[in-house]
Amino acid sequence: MQHSTTIKAGGSEKDYWKDLWLNRQLLWILSKRDISVRYKQTLLGLAWSVLRPLMTMTIMVFVFSLVAKLEGDPGIPYPLMVLSGITIWTFFSNTFTQISNSILINSNLVSKVYFPRLLMPLSSVAVGFVDFVITFVIFLLFTIISGYGLSWNIIFLPAFVLLTFIISLGVGLFFAVLNVRFRDIGQLIPFIVQVGFYICPIAYTSRLVEGEWFESIYKLNPIVGIIDGFRWCLLGDKAYFDPQSLYSTTIISLVILVLSVMYFRKKENTFVDHI
Amino acid sequence: MPVIVAENISKKYIIDHQRKSGGPSSFRDIVTDTVDKVFARKKNDNFKEKEEFWALQDVNFSIDQGDRIGIVGHNGAGKSTLLKILSRITEPTTGQIKIDGRIASLLEVGTGFHPELTGRENIFLNGAILGMAKSEIKQSFDAIIDFAGVEKFLDTPVKRYSSGMYVRLGFAIAAHLNPEILIVDEVLAVGDTEFQKKCLGKMRDVSESGRTLLFVSHNLTAIQALCNKSFYFEKGRLIDQGETLHIVTNYLSKVSHKTLEKHWDDIEHAPGNDQVRIKSFKLLPEYQENLSHIDVRTPMDFQFQFWNMEEGAQLNLSMHLYTFTGECIFNVGTTSQAFGAGLVTGTCSIPGNFLNDGSYVVSMMIVKDTSTVLYNMEEALVFDIEDYRENVTWYGKWPGYIRPQLNFSISQTEHLVND
Repeated sequence: MQHSTTIKAGGSEKDYWKDLWLNRQLLWILSKRDISVRYKQTLLGLAWSVLRPLMTMTIMVFVFSLVAKLEGDPGIPYPLMVLSGITIWTFFSNTFTQISNSILINSNLVSKVYFPRLLMPLSSVAVGFVDFVITFVIFLLFTIISGYGLSWNIIFLPAFVLLTFIISLGVGLFFAVLNVRFRDIGQLIPFIVQVGFYICPIAYTSRLVEGEWFESIYKLNPIVGIIDGFRWCLLGDKAYFDPQSLYSTTIISLVILVLSVMYFRKKENTFVDHI
Repeated sequence: MPVIVAENISKKYIIDHQRKSGGPSSFRDIVTDTVDKVFARKKNDNFKEKEEFWALQDVNFSIDQGDRIGIVGHNGAGKSTLLKILSRITEPTTGQIKIDGRIASLLEVGTGFHPELTGRENIFLNGAILGMAKSEIKQSFDAIIDFAGVEKFLDTPVKRYSSGMYVRLGFAIAAHLNPEILIVDEVLAVGDTEFQKKCLGKMRDVSESGRTLLFVSHNLTAIQALCNKSFYFEKGRLIDQGETLHIVTNYLSKVSHKTLEKHWDDIEHAPGNDQVRIKSFKLLPEYQENLSHIDVRTPMDFQFQFWNMEEGAQLNLSMHLYTFTGECIFNVGTTSQAFGAGLVTGTCSIPGNFLNDGSYVVSMMIVKDTSTVLYNMEEALVFDIEDYRENVTWYGKWPGYIRPQLNFSISQTEHLVND
């Protein structure tokens, strides 16, 4: 096979996406590496992925339901509402954080070997996804034990998971580039995640925002639509979901992703100069 | 047919003098810079905060299939930058390179090894990072383990490996890459001599199989043994290219800070005192095979001339030879005898095949009545001896201060008799 390359200033060549495809084995191996490293190092390993969402849920149920007396959607047990929110939010926040740090974590690779840099953020999603699957299974068990039936809406669930992936990749890629250039961005990321936790409908329902003057601004946040939709898929029509928001959520997520990928592509060949 | 054609390659870095390092700037810096600019008291223009630095400038070359190119030059001459550009780790500021063929670069041994993963897992990880398909890795898996000699520790995390095992495993994987073009950077600087020998043997195989090789090293012996052509970089420019022997000779003649001769024609200004004045001190090598540098085979004469001012003084010379790091290798002296006023010449001959390769410093002493030092010319001459070997397959540093050819014979003296 004749393989020919041209190296020049101003970015990578036209067969970038082909290159990415040819390197799919590497994507798989890097993902496997992250997953096995994660579960090898810790004493409790897998147990952490189970304990963390359970503990968060218990605390939130205590704080918001028992202390602050917040109410969920009518007809939906508050713990289920919180757990479903946490499930998808944790997926977003984990993947977003991991994507943002992916280039720096792999800096030894960046400075020593070439492959399409997009592989690093893509492979870093794997760990978050495994965690998501675990949390999701917990959620299912919890729902079945509590006697609350699952909704048929669940067939739409993959669409919302995909949307979460798109938006976390979109935002994450942008921060991944910034993080290489400005190291203090790294400290900003946990803060963003923390703020996000409160401005997204995790501990409460978006129904509370309905009719308020800031409703339209609130719903511009694509994650709001995703969490609502995710809940609607699992808990059925009793959960609050505004199908209209699906349009803006999808469009905003895709636009962010396209812009971020362009930005990433523009900067990826200079990563090594800043590491 | 050329497999690599580079046209006008340049690479610019911006050095920021304001910051402590060229490393990552922080968001805070940007903010403070902006504030500074807005409220700028005009800064001193003589002090440039940012300076351009050209790591490579207008580099053009073409490499044919099967060429084994050695790349020599000082640290910071742009060699590593060139390799980084060729391996697509960083992009050039200007120019373009066309490459035909699968390229693999080995800038480090064990790139991407994860300490928590086992040897087996790391073989697949590292192989994939270097661009091998899983099937290729599986195919050469046994050969890799065999080459590295780690079969017992295959399922141990590499963090428990000794550094030697780690390096061996890393090189073993890289050695089983099958690229059409192989780029290697100084990886031989690590590992024990036994391992270096193995590595060079493997690289020789690669070059003999008709593949293209680019090799950066400070080990000129290895470059001479492996490469048919060489590039010489200086300050970011490719200043010379051609046959390896020619390039290496040229490089050596430029790099050494040697002093092979000192002389003063005017007795008034010559160093010395009332009794003796130094005229000259010269190293006269008897170059081998039209070379213009000294190697381990070269016989040398040290010629020392001084004016004696005192009629009938009993004088002798004493010469010290030191390594570059200051250990004395030997001290030799002449017999003491009486000289009349006038020029005195002393010559000391060091035979070829006596000193080891390295840098040396010579001091010369003029002694009166075998006890009083009249004048001591310290660190008078500095010279380098380059390595040269024949009929060997080992290129590590030859141990020892001297490398004499002694009468060392070997023969069978008895046969085992089986009854």
